[in-house]
Amino acid sequence: MYTQGLDSLGKDFLRNEAQDSAVLESRFQARVDAEEKIEPKDWMPEAYRRTLVRQISQHAHSEIVGMLPEGNWITRAPSLKRKAILIAKVQDEGGHGAYLYSAAETLGVSRAELVDQLLTGKAKYSSIFNYPTPTWADVGAIGWLVDGAAIMNQIPLCRCSYGPYARAMVRVCKEESFHQRQGYEIMLFLARGTARQRAMAQAALDRWWWPSLMMFGPSDGDSKHSAQSMRWKIKRFSNDELRQKFVDTTVPQADFLGLKVPDPALAWDETTQHFRFGAIDWTEFEQVLAGHGPCNRERLEARRDAHAEGRWVREAASAWAAKQEAAAASRAA
Amino acid sequence: MIESQKDWPLYEIFIRAKSGLDHKHVGSLHATDARMALEHARDLYTRRQEGVSIWAVRSTDIVASDPAESDAFFEPARDKVYRHPTFYDIPDEVKTL
Repeated sequence: MYTQGLDSLGKDFLRNEAQDSAVLESRFQARVDAEEKIEPKDWMPEAYRRTLVRQISQHAHSEIVGMLPEGNWITRAPSLKRKAILIAKVQDEGGHGAYLYSAAETLGVSRAELVDQLLTGKAKYSSIFNYPTPTWADVGAIGWLVDGAAIMNQIPLCRCSYGPYARAMVRVCKEESFHQRQGYEIMLFLARGTARQRAMAQAALDRWWWPSLMMFGPSDGDSKHSAQSMRWKIKRFSNDELRQKFVDTTVPQADFLGLKVPDPALAWDETTQHFRFGAIDWTEFEQVLAGHGPCNRERLEARRDAHAEGRWVREAASAWAAKQEAAAASRAA
Repeated sequence: MIESQKDWPLYEIFIRAKSGLDHKHVGSLHATDARMALEHARDLYTRRQEGVSIWAVRSTDIVASDPAESDAFFEPARDKVYRHPTFYDIPDEVKTL
């Protein structure tokens, strides 16, 4: 069930057994080890709950902020067809944010709290959305690379131990595939176009390649939460494993486009059967995450403005509902 | 707080994918009233024609069994294996049974 309304009921029914938290915790871990799903009203360690609230809400915020770099191109898409596709994609991202906020709310946080954390800058979201989209090719590169990297990250989350998160991710993954394919098609069109169009596609790949690799997060050795999340089966593969998988599948796609991945160290390794790639600039990642990326300020301002401008709509809807309810009550009386 | 606003009521959303199938729980959303809940559910959960019918139920109106009690609650069915057809030993020669 996706409902916090049920929490209060649960407490009333809880027997007052003085159960040792260590016993509960080992029972919890045994369920997770047996690949059982954990549902909202089940007992769970506080740290598990906190980790999920942080991860799911950051994920939701990323979807919401993720509407901005592409939304920027809706009015300037090169054809009616591309405009319709882009609107559908951006609407999907908003939908993904809504699925994920719902999943986070099952853990006992309110929507208002989560939105507030985003707007005050307290919450983090994916660093990738703080990069600008100066050309139409960037819209193609985002679909191909950013959504491609997101899919790599999200497919294992469909098997995450927390039921509502896993179910939301199944829905999200079904929709992401269209996002990646429409992006690659944009790149294909440009790559087969004029010299200027090819150059535009190459420049977009140059801009988005490294930030896309950073989307998988810090290297395994430096990743704070990885080991515990793996034990809890929130996470199934390490950051470096997923990044490698992304490089291995994406490089041939770039070759097909006739574009060059901007990494002089990139080379196929016969022994490992993987691509070797150059070192990632983690200082840039830390900087963007800390709020000093090219568009951090602009993104947050856009969210705050949208929220402020929508205020009268929310108030009017609440007032209308209250009026209807009062009218219904007086008819019943 | 940027805006001290209480969340709108939470609705659980159930979708019938096509006629002949049950409504299935798909998630939840906030709405001021039932009509908004249905319209938002349409926009959120049926963007690709995933449904022909939507139920929206106020979350607070749902009565649910408690997982902490589920062992005792579902215990009565546990020792009644004879409710399953496989419990009965019928010779292979007997057909259509």
